[in-house]
Amino acid sequence: MPLMPRSQTSSSSRRKARTTRNTGRLVAVPSAAERRAGDRKVSQGKGSERAAAEQEPTEGSTAKTRPSEAAPTTSGLDDPRMSDVDEWGRSEQLRELVRRIYDPVYEHWFRVEWDGFGRIPTEGGALMVANHAGAIPADAPSIMHGIERDLGRPVYGLADEIFKRIPVVNLAWSRLGGVQAHPDNAYRLLREQQQLVMVFPEGSKGPGKTYSERYQLRRFGRGGFVQIAMRSGVPIIPLSIVGSEETMPILFKLPLLARALGVPYFPVTANMLALGPLGILVPFPAKLHIRVLEPVRFDVPPDQPRYSRSRVMDASEQIRQTIQDSLHDMLRRRRGVWSG
Amino acid sequence: MGRRVLVTGLGSFWGGRVAQALESDPSVDVIVGLDTREPTVELERTEFVRTDEGYSILSRIVRATQVDTIVHTFLVVDSSLASSRHVHEINVIGTMNLFAAASQPESRVTDVVVKSSTLVYGSTYRDPVWFAEDTPRSSSPRHRVERSLIEVEAYVRDYALDNPQVAVSTLRFSNVLGSDIVTPITRALTLPLVPAVFGFDPRLQFVHEDDVVRAIMFVLDRRLGGVFNVAGDGLLPWSEVAAICAKRLAPLPPFGSRLYARPLARLGVDLPPELIELLTYGRGVDNRRLKRAGFEYQTTSAGAVRSFAEAARLRGALGRADRPPYHYERDVEDFFRHSPAVVREQRG
Repeated sequence: MPLMPRSQTSSSSRRKARTTRNTGRLVAVPSAAERRAGDRKVSQGKGSERAAAEQEPTEGSTAKTRPSEAAPTTSGLDDPRMSDVDEWGRSEQLRELVRRIYDPVYEHWFRVEWDGFGRIPTEGGALMVANHAGAIPADAPSIMHGIERDLGRPVYGLADEIFKRIPVVNLAWSRLGGVQAHPDNAYRLLREQQQLVMVFPEGSKGPGKTYSERYQLRRFGRGGFVQIAMRSGVPIIPLSIVGSEETMPILFKLPLLARALGVPYFPVTANMLALGPLGILVPFPAKLHIRVLEPVRFDVPPDQPRYSRSRVMDASEQIRQTIQDSLHDMLRRRRGVWSG
Repeated sequence: MGRRVLVTGLGSFWGGRVAQALESDPSVDVIVGLDTREPTVELERTEFVRTDEGYSILSRIVRATQVDTIVHTFLVVDSSLASSRHVHEINVIGTMNLFAAASQPESRVTDVVVKSSTLVYGSTYRDPVWFAEDTPRSSSPRHRVERSLIEVEAYVRDYALDNPQVAVSTLRFSNVLGSDIVTPITRALTLPLVPAVFGFDPRLQFVHEDDVVRAIMFVLDRRLGGVFNVAGDGLLPWSEVAAICAKRLAPLPPFGSRLYARPLARLGVDLPPELIELLTYGRGVDNRRLKRAGFEYQTTSAGAVRSFAEAARLRGALGRADRPPYHYERDVEDFFRHSPAVVREQRG
């Protein structure tokens, strides 16, 4: 079954005993993902299929991103574009290249495993909300990689303005699907273009916490993500991720250096102590486990200028609590940091 | 009775273009053009009046010609062309006097179109990808041209509030490209190496010069009133813009632009601060409001870039402009407009 998304096969075979209420979904989903994967021919890019995969991504990408991008361009004007960079700065060709490079890391270093992958919608907008951890978080690229590879739809990650301010980081992040976390951007992505959007409401406070505070969720901002989902009329899909804290544990921070560099935090990680300068970039191979929780839908009309502050804050706190509970549950079941 | 139109900045690129478009409109009876400089394009029936840049004689002109439509194109959006004081004088004081003249009791003005710029949104790392007409700036303006345009728009807003019977339209144009216009961006794109900011590849939006004139004529025709972004569809990275022009990029340091901008200007590489910001963070504006009003663009952003690139190639191949330049001669123009010897078609 070369077309079967790998994370699905591995999780359904290896975790038969443990997946209790998700089993039904897990069985149902691979077929949907498989169908998609089948007609898009985006496989793992092995052997003879590599040639096909090399041509397909561009074609698939135009088919996939153009409708949304060209939504205002309905008049059929001549548009002599030379690159595939969309309005958000994302390039599907570059994404495809990075997916190919990152796939071994995803498979063999982090050995990412999903629970309830079928809860991620195959169409329509949705806002994915997750916990965020590790000095240089491994969670964001893993979520994006897994969904894009196995579901064949792009994921846009909302990020702090710091990503836009730093040279090179700005360029790399935006080409790979990062978008400035501005409510207008989120609304356009979710409501008008019905895309999958990922956000970490903890912001830099999540990855910026030390190892002693691992798996303790920070404040979820000011609930802006709930307001965006309400206004866009899309569900929120909470994700809880275990393992990311151990990929790059922060031992202590250097606030003065951080201030001098203008970054939110400057960490000294266990990786740096273990691997020297290489440790700035190389995470530990902790097993990443991502659980997709029940989508949260809001019973409010979309497109309102504002929503009840108390409802927003209640929903925000509730989602935070759900993720926190799920984290505790996952940690209870985890047998080892490296083996999962 | 047809329209009587006053065009400010007749000698500027836009004033000339708009006057030409108005001349071909049979419903326009009279076109009066103001400027400190002589017109740079050939005009058939537009009357040129030379003024100072503060428009001190404006109220006399408005009274004497009884214009009902004002097209205000005389706004400097390119800070490399004029000193800071000059920009203030032209943009702010000029607009103030224009609206003072237009709001005197004898005024018969019913339509005003102001050609503003998307510079009023600025360009910072806090911005959304798309600015709608009512999206606020993310930071206070730091450059004189932006500041002066914001002041201009404030005068326009005040005038519109005080004179609800007048249809006041503010058009905010994105970066204009085309075969003829010269802006800081076209100058950058005609250099052997195109300046870029290292580590950034912002998405920019363009509008074709013909679409600009069409948009001005469109809002005049429909008497729309309100603020509208005018920009082609699509955002494209600066690297792609250079690629369409078949140029290579020369990255400049991302910091310390104040230090290198001036020496580079001496070398003929003119990079006004607002352009450096644009080449760092880019800017996109939502053009759907004008589209909803019924306007149809003829060119996309990428199309505007290609149109510019092709014209630049033609000029490069010829080694000169493809059309001979036009020189205004008062005697000749007066002869054609007013001499009894000239046989004029009866209008109306």
